[in-house]
Amino acid sequence: MDTSRRRVLQLLGLSAAALSAPPVFNALAKDAPVAAPQIGPSKEALTARQWAMVIDTRKFKSEKDVEPLVEACHKIHNVPHWDEKRWEIKWLWATHYGHAFSGTASRRFIAEEVEHRPFLVLCNHCENPPCVRACPTKATFKRPEDGIVMMDFHRCIGCRFCMAACPFGARSFNYRDPRPGLKQTNKQFPTRMKGVVEKCSFCVERLAEGKLPACVEASEGKLAFGDLFDEKSNVRELIKTHYTIRRKVNLGTEPAVYYIV
Amino acid sequence: MNDKKLIVTGLVIFLMIVLFPFWYNRGKAVPPPEVKLTEQAKAAKECVLSKEYMRAEHMQLLDLWRESVVREADRVYTNPKGKQFVMSLSNTCLDCHSNKADFCDKCHNYASVRPYCWDCHIENPKETK
Repeated sequence: MDTSRRRVLQLLGLSAAALSAPPVFNALAKDAPVAAPQIGPSKEALTARQWAMVIDTRKFKSEKDVEPLVEACHKIHNVPHWDEKRWEIKWLWATHYGHAFSGTASRRFIAEEVEHRPFLVLCNHCENPPCVRACPTKATFKRPEDGIVMMDFHRCIGCRFCMAACPFGARSFNYRDPRPGLKQTNKQFPTRMKGVVEKCSFCVERLAEGKLPACVEASEGKLAFGDLFDEKSNVRELIKTHYTIRRKVNLGTEPAVYYIV
Repeated sequence: MNDKKLIVTGLVIFLMIVLFPFWYNRGKAVPPPEVKLTEQAKAAKECVLSKEYMRAEHMQLLDLWRESVVREADRVYTNPKGKQFVMSLSNTCLDCHSNKADFCDKCHNYASVRPYCWDCHIENPKETK
């Protein structure tokens, strides 16, 4: 063995150079970089920390004032109409004061005018939604972006735990194929299928296009929609200046639909 | 074992019946489906991604779109060429490919796959039969 110290150092240097070669060659050989597809929110989308709705019930005198709103909602979302009460599907509907606020406000000896008003009810998009906790497949979830309690119909297995969990009866189950129950269909929005639960979604598809929910648009100012956590928002302004109540607050779900009475 | 003849005959008949589809269709192949494009799709020239990718992997793309739109609230897809699409089966895909019977169904039937998209998503009304 007559390997000199110099020879060993030379070999080491050469090996190091060889090892560093591939990355250099690769960098030189690479084509123009291919841009990866990108996914993002639409630019015109309306955003909030927690969407909320204020319903001015004083402006609803009879069922007639409610109908156009329900109609607008059910039409664009392909909500079927069944005459059979058991199969009923509802996203937005009117109910009596006593049903809407059972356990919350006095139901004895109340102002006659209030008692006969129709009260619009819908999913409350609770800050602390019990339906989300009940769902075993996470088909129902609370959107972290804007607090909407949303449903992924693809994932719903129809167990109806959410319906049992929701204290507001805001959810309906498709006991049958909804398509025969539709007079006309909105091709822009899917229908549901048999065995799936559905409910109001605060019109996420419209918010993404920068539009207000269909019922708010149809209400001609009777409903207000905005960010609950933005002090300057229209809903906060209304809540500040009017006496409002919410449904079943004692349950702690923190509903995001406020009623001016 | 006196029934040897009987057993063998039975076996031969059994095999013939079981293998009937094979020898009956021997040498013949069902031609692959010819997908028809709508005028709108022809005019657009390229889909969201390349034709080859879409042909083989459109379900992956649809799955990604579904996940992004429903769960992440992201609705806009920008392809490598910088063109933007609203991620929607009903409104974007079916707007161009409004001929479900001649486009979607042809391949799906050939490959014997039955996607349940259409249980909820409504096929485009522009379809003419």
